[in-house]
Amino acid sequence: MDNVRFVFFRFLQSLFALLCIITLTFFLARLAPGGPFLDEKAVPEHLLEQMNKKYGFDKPLVVQYGLYLGQLIQGDLGPSLGNKGFTVNEVISEGLPVSFILGFVGLIIALIIGVPVGVFAAANRNTPVDYGLMTIAMIGICLPTFVIAPILGEIFALKLGWFDVAGWEGSTAWFLGAMTLGLYYSAYIARLTRGSMLDILSQDFVRTARAKGLLPSKILFKHAFRGGITPVVAYLGPALAGLIGGSFVVETVFGIPGLGQHFIKAASNRDYTLINGTVTVFAILILIMNFLVDVLQAWLDPRTKTSN
Amino acid sequence: MIRKPKHRAQSGHLKRLTLLGPVLGLMLLVTAGGCKRESQVEIGTREKILIMGNGAEPKALDPHIVSSVGDSNILRALFEGLVAYHPTNDMLHEPGVAERWEPNEDFSKWTFYLRKNARWSNGDPVTAHDFVYSYNRILHPEMAAPYSSMLYFLENAEEFNKGEIKDFSKVGVKAEGDYKLNCTLKGPTPYFPDVVKHTTWLPVHGPTIEKFGNITEPYTEWQKPGNHVSNGAFTLTAWRINAYVKVRRNPHYWDANTVKPNGIDFMPIDNVFTEEKAFRNGLLHYTYVLPENLIAKYKEVGDPRLRTETYAGSYFYRCNVNQAPTDNVNFRRALAYAIDQKTIVEFVTRGGQQPAYGFTPPSEAGYDPPHVIAFEPERARQYLKDAGYMNGSDVPEFTVIINTSEAHKSIAVAIQDMWKKHLGIKRVKIENQEWKVFQQTVHDTNYEISRAGWIGDYVDPNTFLSMWVTGDSNNNTGWSNAKYDRLMEESGLISDPEKRYERLREAEQVLLDEVPVLPIYWYTRTYLIHPDVKNWHPLLLDNHPYKHIDLVAGGDKEEEIP
Repeated sequence: MDNVRFVFFRFLQSLFALLCIITLTFFLARLAPGGPFLDEKAVPEHLLEQMNKKYGFDKPLVVQYGLYLGQLIQGDLGPSLGNKGFTVNEVISEGLPVSFILGFVGLIIALIIGVPVGVFAAANRNTPVDYGLMTIAMIGICLPTFVIAPILGEIFALKLGWFDVAGWEGSTAWFLGAMTLGLYYSAYIARLTRGSMLDILSQDFVRTARAKGLLPSKILFKHAFRGGITPVVAYLGPALAGLIGGSFVVETVFGIPGLGQHFIKAASNRDYTLINGTVTVFAILILIMNFLVDVLQAWLDPRTKTSN
Repeated sequence: MIRKPKHRAQSGHLKRLTLLGPVLGLMLLVTAGGCKRESQVEIGTREKILIMGNGAEPKALDPHIVSSVGDSNILRALFEGLVAYHPTNDMLHEPGVAERWEPNEDFSKWTFYLRKNARWSNGDPVTAHDFVYSYNRILHPEMAAPYSSMLYFLENAEEFNKGEIKDFSKVGVKAEGDYKLNCTLKGPTPYFPDVVKHTTWLPVHGPTIEKFGNITEPYTEWQKPGNHVSNGAFTLTAWRINAYVKVRRNPHYWDANTVKPNGIDFMPIDNVFTEEKAFRNGLLHYTYVLPENLIAKYKEVGDPRLRTETYAGSYFYRCNVNQAPTDNVNFRRALAYAIDQKTIVEFVTRGGQQPAYGFTPPSEAGYDPPHVIAFEPERARQYLKDAGYMNGSDVPEFTVIINTSEAHKSIAVAIQDMWKKHLGIKRVKIENQEWKVFQQTVHDTNYEISRAGWIGDYVDPNTFLSMWVTGDSNNNTGWSNAKYDRLMEESGLISDPEKRYERLREAEQVLLDEVPVLPIYWYTRTYLIHPDVKNWHPLLLDNHPYKHIDLVAGGDKEEEIP
């Protein structure tokens, strides 16, 4: 019963957060100077009025907000103002799977690299190996994706010719994109893994295992690893959401038609409907991930519930 | 541990990774294969598909909605107007849907004789009624087409567009039978055939428009592949946002035998560095631009793929003439004469741009603007004194606004330095604004000095000079001059081209004398083009008719990567 109540409560919390995000986005987007119909060449006043009327932007903002919420509940995100002739639903359903693949493969790469590095560093705690690996990880965290991405492109696509440097369909550039994201997140994961492994390795049961003369590798992988990896698992949800939403740079550098590009371009185009749409989708994604992780954690470790 | 042979290690990788998804495995297979794949460009040349970088994602594929350069590049492939662009010379006309055309004596009435074999991509004949329908659509107030003013040449078009006249039949365009189109203009327009080449004058297919909405409904499903009907050399086959727009040969096109390419892939890559890399990677035949800091690299090695061409555009600064200190004409002159344009084009922009001695770029049309603006620091200092300043240090602080971009910033910094050096003005601020914010600021004339650029819509000085008339929506400086307005109006009534140019030159003299704008340079276009692309000639407006462009492999040997 307690569990059901916790899940229900968390769910309501998420819904409330979502409503706040949607509302804030709606009004903030309108606060920005300029508008979707403004162009370098002046658009005559009478035409601006006409266009505003067409999209209902001439109505009071609160009324527009009400209408927007009404549509949103029906799953209709409206027409995109920057991509004329496409609805926001179409734009998102085309871009989201791309970003998802990019983020998912990126996460796998991050795990493949990050976890072993973390474990290895923990096993060699306070040795030059540990310091070396953690320095590299720190550099990885500090190096922004817009630096890593062009370097990878220059080396693996242009010098070695293993991949394409841009494109999506029939192109291999996305792997470099996923690699960029993966490398970036692997640094976090390595540090996280190392930290929690150290935590576990200093616990009593490990000392007991050592005293009993178990092989260090057995202690490391059989006893410590399970516990050490838990925080990483908890991190996966938000990380995936972040990877999917944060791929703007990678998508731009490698010319990949994902949702991240729309996310930024919509804002600079003042494409109000697309701004609302992309933010809503990303918000839902992040909320779901967090919700799942919370529920999972509560189920794994009942103490989380009380501390919540 | 025994080191495994390399290929074993790779296949081991392969096995594990295939679990992630068949795509990934496939891709690794390709890389593990080791042999060099045929590049996209090689495939393109072989199949005669031109692959072009095209800047930003198109806003729409409806000629009545868009007018950005990238968008009109696509529209030019899909549609054909009454008159078509000539492949080598902007001043010449190619017959389009009209076989021939003739003006009346004073160029105020034009008759277009349409060919009988022009077809829409669905096989329907293209008639004069299609053009009347299209002009009704773009001018209709409910359509709210942003560039409808391009059709204001037609009698009563402006009034109809503003809703002052409700009856479209009063607008100066009539179909006489199926194959004759009569245009009655507001005044003599000897360059009218140049005007009707513009995308806003392209026809649309009425039945298709109305299959997906009413005539004035702008953003309907009609522009999607499968629905889209056009009358040009190509027809729309695929469109994926931020990925590509693909057009392929239109079998119904009247001149299909002339059309050399089988299709064009327009790639929207708005990151200029990505585009250049894609070109080097063999993914593009042509880049939309080349960023200025890469130009030198290509120049050094004399790369034949680098092209720099004159482009009908003017880069300048607007001055707000209603606000101190730029309200003082002598002060504006001081600023104008203290800009060392030559240094800017040689050391900052580095793309072979021309220092602008006037506002309108000189063109093949035979128009040369008055030689007024020059770098004369002595004269500039005198103007500063005439403006009432002892030296530069007593000039109040003012701000130059630019839209966020490294290129604009470098130019602004150079000019800031020149004003400091030659005039002693120390308090010049540079403020960059995000694009939309910038546009709003400029339209509200809420600045002292703002950066600007203007690309001609057609080859005639009118496209550069008409915007400075009092109250023009692109003026945005607050400048108003009765003499200028009068000269411009008079020029619109003169049918003799030479005399008209003279009047326009007089008008431009007034503009340059009062300098509400500080001319800086005339544009060039710098881009990369693959040697396989043939018949791509330099054009002032850069409006290439694609049907003549050919793709032949192994033109020249590919150059080393610079």
